[in-house]
Amino acid sequence: MSEKNTDETPVVRMVNITKHFPGVLANDSVDLTLHRGEVLALLGENGAGKSTLMNMLVGLYRPDSGEIYVKGKMAEINSPQDSMALGIGMIHQEFMLVGNMTVAENIILGMKDLPFVPPMADIKAKITELSKRYGLQVYPDKVIQDLSVGEQQRVEILKLLYRGADILILDEPTAVLTPGEARDLNEILKKMLAEGKSAIFITHKMDEVMEFSHTVQVLRRGKSVSSCPTNTIKRVQDLANMMVGRDILFSLDRGPYKPTDVMVEARDITVLPIGGGKPVLDKVSFSIRGGEIFGIAGVAGNGQQQLTEALTGLLRVDSGTILLNGKDMTNKTPLQVIKSGVSHIPADRGRMGVVGDMSVGDNLSMKKYRTQELSSHSVINRSWVRKFADHLIDVFTIKTPSQDTSVKFLSGGNIQKTILAREIDSCGGILIAVYPSRGLDVGATEAVRQNLIKQRDKGNAVLLVSEELEELLMVADKIAVMFEGRIMDIVDADKASTERLGMLMAGVEREDV
Amino acid sequence: MNLLDFITRLLAATLAMGTSLTYATLGEVYTEKTGILNLGMEGTMLMGALAGFATAFNTGNLLLALIMAMLVGALLSLIHAFLCITMRANQVVAGLAITMFGTGLANFLGQRLGPATNNFNLTGMNIANKFSNIAIPGLSDIPIIGALFDVSLLTYALYIILPFSWFFMYKTKYGMVVRAVGENPRTAAAMGISVTKIRYLYTLIGGMFAGLGGACLSLSFIPSWNEGMTGGKGWIVIALVIFSTWNPGRVIIGTLVFGGITSLQFSLQAAGLKMVIPSQFLGFSPYLITLVVLTAMTIINQKKKGSFASPSALGVSFAIDDK
Repeated sequence: MSEKNTDETPVVRMVNITKHFPGVLANDSVDLTLHRGEVLALLGENGAGKSTLMNMLVGLYRPDSGEIYVKGKMAEINSPQDSMALGIGMIHQEFMLVGNMTVAENIILGMKDLPFVPPMADIKAKITELSKRYGLQVYPDKVIQDLSVGEQQRVEILKLLYRGADILILDEPTAVLTPGEARDLNEILKKMLAEGKSAIFITHKMDEVMEFSHTVQVLRRGKSVSSCPTNTIKRVQDLANMMVGRDILFSLDRGPYKPTDVMVEARDITVLPIGGGKPVLDKVSFSIRGGEIFGIAGVAGNGQQQLTEALTGLLRVDSGTILLNGKDMTNKTPLQVIKSGVSHIPADRGRMGVVGDMSVGDNLSMKKYRTQELSSHSVINRSWVRKFADHLIDVFTIKTPSQDTSVKFLSGGNIQKTILAREIDSCGGILIAVYPSRGLDVGATEAVRQNLIKQRDKGNAVLLVSEELEELLMVADKIAVMFEGRIMDIVDADKASTERLGMLMAGVEREDV
Repeated sequence: MNLLDFITRLLAATLAMGTSLTYATLGEVYTEKTGILNLGMEGTMLMGALAGFATAFNTGNLLLALIMAMLVGALLSLIHAFLCITMRANQVVAGLAITMFGTGLANFLGQRLGPATNNFNLTGMNIANKFSNIAIPGLSDIPIIGALFDVSLLTYALYIILPFSWFFMYKTKYGMVVRAVGENPRTAAAMGISVTKIRYLYTLIGGMFAGLGGACLSLSFIPSWNEGMTGGKGWIVIALVIFSTWNPGRVIIGTLVFGGITSLQFSLQAAGLKMVIPSQFLGFSPYLITLVVLTAMTIINQKKKGSFASPSALGVSFAIDDK
């Protein structure tokens, strides 16, 4: 990015910020400085305290101690209203939009100086003018829930522009975008910086730091461990090491690709939505062999989740056939699917993967409790369960005070390891993993990926749904790209390029390059 | 019997019956629209009916009676708001407790606030002033729609309140805040809206309207006090909110349908039709129709993918620190 001008008062200066949550020190005397026209990348693992720090800047949380200066003046930010008045606006990771209200209503929501009856015609005209100026196409009368994720993000940006924000905070803005949309976002950001606005960019993707930012600040376990101009960073590896505090592996151990028989076969699976409309899954066909990791790429919400739910018996298909381990398992119950040898790591680990209030031990035995291994005559043998759970906690290095701790008290990474342990232990040849590393830090992500590869090397068939192309390129043998319920194409991972996959994810059919 | 007369009288009875339901349903729509489910309607209405009647009986001042009914309604719902918003209690349990508490307290006080001559009992007492029907000369003589112009002041007030409450919800900045808080409180908070304040405010307003609805019963519909005189209307209100699809503009449809069926049942019984249809059947028919309509609406809702859906955060407590 272009050179920035640093010789003036910083627009934001956070000094010695400390914030406790029950049992957690989220921020430990953190300093942060942002200059006019600058993009600062805030890098760190999940739980490093990036979002907490920013939520204090926008007034959603209040710091226990420390001071915040905005444009040279000490600021008392007690509510989002206060931060907006100072020109600070944030785009949260989870969009802050009301689904059943229109774009225009969302943009003006909560503004104090509106008249009793807001003049909607004038407001819409102003939105249209802003959207033209920044190249952010939106329709003010559309209802949010009918918009794509990319469009929703545009509404979020417009919301900040409409309110005249000049300090923008973006929390992992590219996580939900296709590579093409991410480039558009970069362009829009540049336009705003040229007008003298500044931005803080939260991310855990190192390439984005290099591409978007002037300055990078790394947080680790609530502390600021480094802050330096981006162009002084020599190797991406250095950033990663700062982030986790140790050297991490960038390549994974994997055996040679030795595919065996077809273990999963989907033929023309079609699922229609309730109430009619475009099919959710449109004649999806593919097969997965033993010893193979079959990756599914695509922007979330293009049918990936429904596909895995159909395979695991959670969603009825309207037509098509599913063969698992050679048997027809179309529209069978989840229990029948499990018994045919399928393990499932669901996308929503908190809701579908574990029972939060139950102990780690009980969650680990939740699939095998009905077998001879853990119960006899329908009575669960607690001492067998203890031994079984301790063994899995040990093998999968699940960090928990004891197996009696409720699962909900573990970190996201350890919850995922608990699910992984249970599913891999009971796996009968087929493993279906949906966004298994989503939201996990670098260490846990590495463990998840390594375990998937281990299953492949053992000769099992693995289906991996992921929204991160790097992950798929690193782990999978074949990659299918889904768009609007269809498989656009299936390519060999070693021959695939990010550009080509990105085009497919955006729904662009074969093109001659 | 003259059919025109019959319809006109039926409409008049429907309006009288529907007025109380409309006030309470409007209140509950606003409360639920911010995400708070108040199942305490039955108890709150009964307390409103008692407060209104007792005040009118002891002072003869109808305006004061209405104010008291609203105050008592607001007080009861303040308990609900404190439990559900501040203490984050289960809203269903808290609401049921409010209904049981309110019903019991009203019946208890009904035997204490009366005159010494009647053993301090309010039952069987009459009030000097009541909200009687006021006919607008000329307009009230028109067949059928004339019934609309021969109603009590409480009903006339609704002609203004109903459209205004629709306008308020969908056209003003305050209504926008109400909708946002019930649909996505986290977003509302991020936009600088105090979710707690809004929820308290509209739970209190809902309680005031429920109290007013109760007072309509004891000051106009049947000017008297009887134990349990709301007779389950507070529960019908909960169903009517669903019926209205949380849109104040549609509240009138549900209350007219329900009020109409109930009045029709009385008229048919009076007309001697109970020989053909058993009176018990006529007695539960309004509730049966409520069941049928609710089922139909649920099915339509699934087909149309949630266009009649409840506010997303209905019944869910909120704190900014929740993940």
